[in-house]
Amino acid sequence: MSKMQLITKGFVKDNPTFVLLLGMCPTLATTTSAINGLSMGLATLFVLVLSNMAISLVAKVTPDKVHIPVYIVVIATFVTVLQLLMQAFTPAIYSALGVFIPLIVVNCIILGRAEAFASKHNVIDSALDGIGVGLGFVVSLTVIGIVREILGSGSVFGWKFITGDGILAFIMAPGAFLVLGYLMVLFNKYLAKK
Amino acid sequence: MMEILLIIVSAIFVNNVVLAQFLGICPFLGVSKKTSTAAGMSAAVCFVITLATLVTYLLNKYLLLPTGIFKVDLTFLQTILFILVIAALVQMVEIVLKKSAPSLYQALGIYLPLITTNCAVLGVAINVVTKQFTFGGAPHMLGLGDAVIYAFATSLGYGLAMILFSGLREHLELNDVPKEFKGLPIALITVGILAMAFMGFSGIA
Amino acid sequence: MAAKSNLTNMALVLSATCLICAAILGCVYAVTAAPIAETNANIQKAAIAAVLPEGVEVSEAVPIKVGGEDSEYYVGTKDGAPVAYAVKSTTSGFGGALTLMVGLTPDGKVYNTSVLSHTETPGLGAKCTSDPAFTAQWKGFDTGSKILSVKKDGGDVDAITASTITSRAYTLAVKNAYEAVKGLAK
Repeated sequence: MSKMQLITKGFVKDNPTFVLLLGMCPTLATTTSAINGLSMGLATLFVLVLSNMAISLVAKVTPDKVHIPVYIVVIATFVTVLQLLMQAFTPAIYSALGVFIPLIVVNCIILGRAEAFASKHNVIDSALDGIGVGLGFVVSLTVIGIVREILGSGSVFGWKFITGDGILAFIMAPGAFLVLGYLMVLFNKYLAKK
Repeated sequence: MMEILLIIVSAIFVNNVVLAQFLGICPFLGVSKKTSTAAGMSAAVCFVITLATLVTYLLNKYLLLPTGIFKVDLTFLQTILFILVIAALVQMVEIVLKKSAPSLYQALGIYLPLITTNCAVLGVAINVVTKQFTFGGAPHMLGLGDAVIYAFATSLGYGLAMILFSGLREHLELNDVPKEFKGLPIALITVGILAMAFMGFSGIA
Repeated sequence: MAAKSNLTNMALVLSATCLICAAILGCVYAVTAAPIAETNANIQKAAIAAVLPEGVEVSEAVPIKVGGEDSEYYVGTKDGAPVAYAVKSTTSGFGGALTLMVGLTPDGKVYNTSVLSHTETPGLGAKCTSDPAFTAQWKGFDTGSKILSVKKDGGDVDAITASTITSRAYTLAVKNAYEAVKGLAK
């Protein structure tokens, strides 16, 4: 696979949300607005790229039987680094995303990429893979966030285009499931056409 | 007594772990195709969430908080310590069950390895030690007893959502849905409607 | 591919990973500790400044009981005389604790309010931080002539649409703050 393909595959072909169906919890929970979805996507991208690089470096010397604990420690370290940085520099976003920042540790995308890709490839390819899949995640979360914000609050990235309230259910739990379900239908339709 | 009842009702219905807090969605969607597997998974989750919350609560209190034995604030190690404890705990439960209760192991065994990455376990463990809860009274941190009850009730809520959903899904299988809706999309839309029904409970709080 | 496992290399790799990760975390923690403390102090400072009149001198935190719970307040003085109090007040909202900074003048008027932290539902209760129709009514709210409870409960506070519980909690936090400093003014 060429370097370019590594980066672009996450958008459609190997899209983590719509095709691989990974990382559903943050996808549903943090997309109440476009900006929250985008922030969560970027936070995951940060951890994914760094952990992919670190794991591709240590994979060769890691004994097979302990590779999962080693990967988890590596991932948890980067998540904690992210937590500390966000607390220091973006406290508002940190408190808006809440428990879902530490929960990046158990996001199956990250351990999944570590197992399926980073442990078998070199540092540069692993970094590109992390960027590709991570960007796919960023795009999906932002799109879901935009749709929910338009329907639920009548605004895009905080810019309000209607007066009064939107359809509140879309910001709350049911809306998250419904929007993801219908977006998946559209995505399937698009794939079927191609 | 009243507070315990409030904790239980709130954790099972009002703030349902799957349908209102979005924790543990992956296994919720993954192993809910049949009611029997859904029940097995729920039982395993119930066991692990309660045990993990008990252990991490004590570790947090006596190791990480500045009031613990080290007298320094180590709470920044929370994420890494908790996930390691949960992973080790799941392994231990697996070994102990295999040795002492083979029949139970037969029933739950295949679900146990999946639980380490179930974010409901880590999510509940972190929420219990970082969030202030308000069960009818002033906001406060949970004590050990309340924390364990909360964790247990949360996992019951998980089981309830899981079993309800698997029942719906078994019926969905037999229905003729449009091609693009097949599989996960129609399942997600169904969960959305289920979540809407659970929103009705928020009036109780 | 992965190396073959034996006890020595398993123990070695696991301890090495933990040591390196602990070292990285220790460094990052040491570097970010000061900015985190500063950020938190700034949030608090900004909230106090927002609820007190401009150009006042803010005192150190003074402990006080607000609504029966331990809390703190700050005195804003101008030319040596106290002109307003900023009181930290926590109540139970819909999603969890709701903490406000409430500015009050000695004549029993609310100067302004500001949300320090909350866990309300985005788009519903979370509007207590942004909805101008709700937040603007607190500026100059006279506790002498108006009743501190939401209109549904017979008071004079306009609630946020579809978020009565949050509005009630917000109102109660202001009320508790007012009760707490009422005695101080005299």
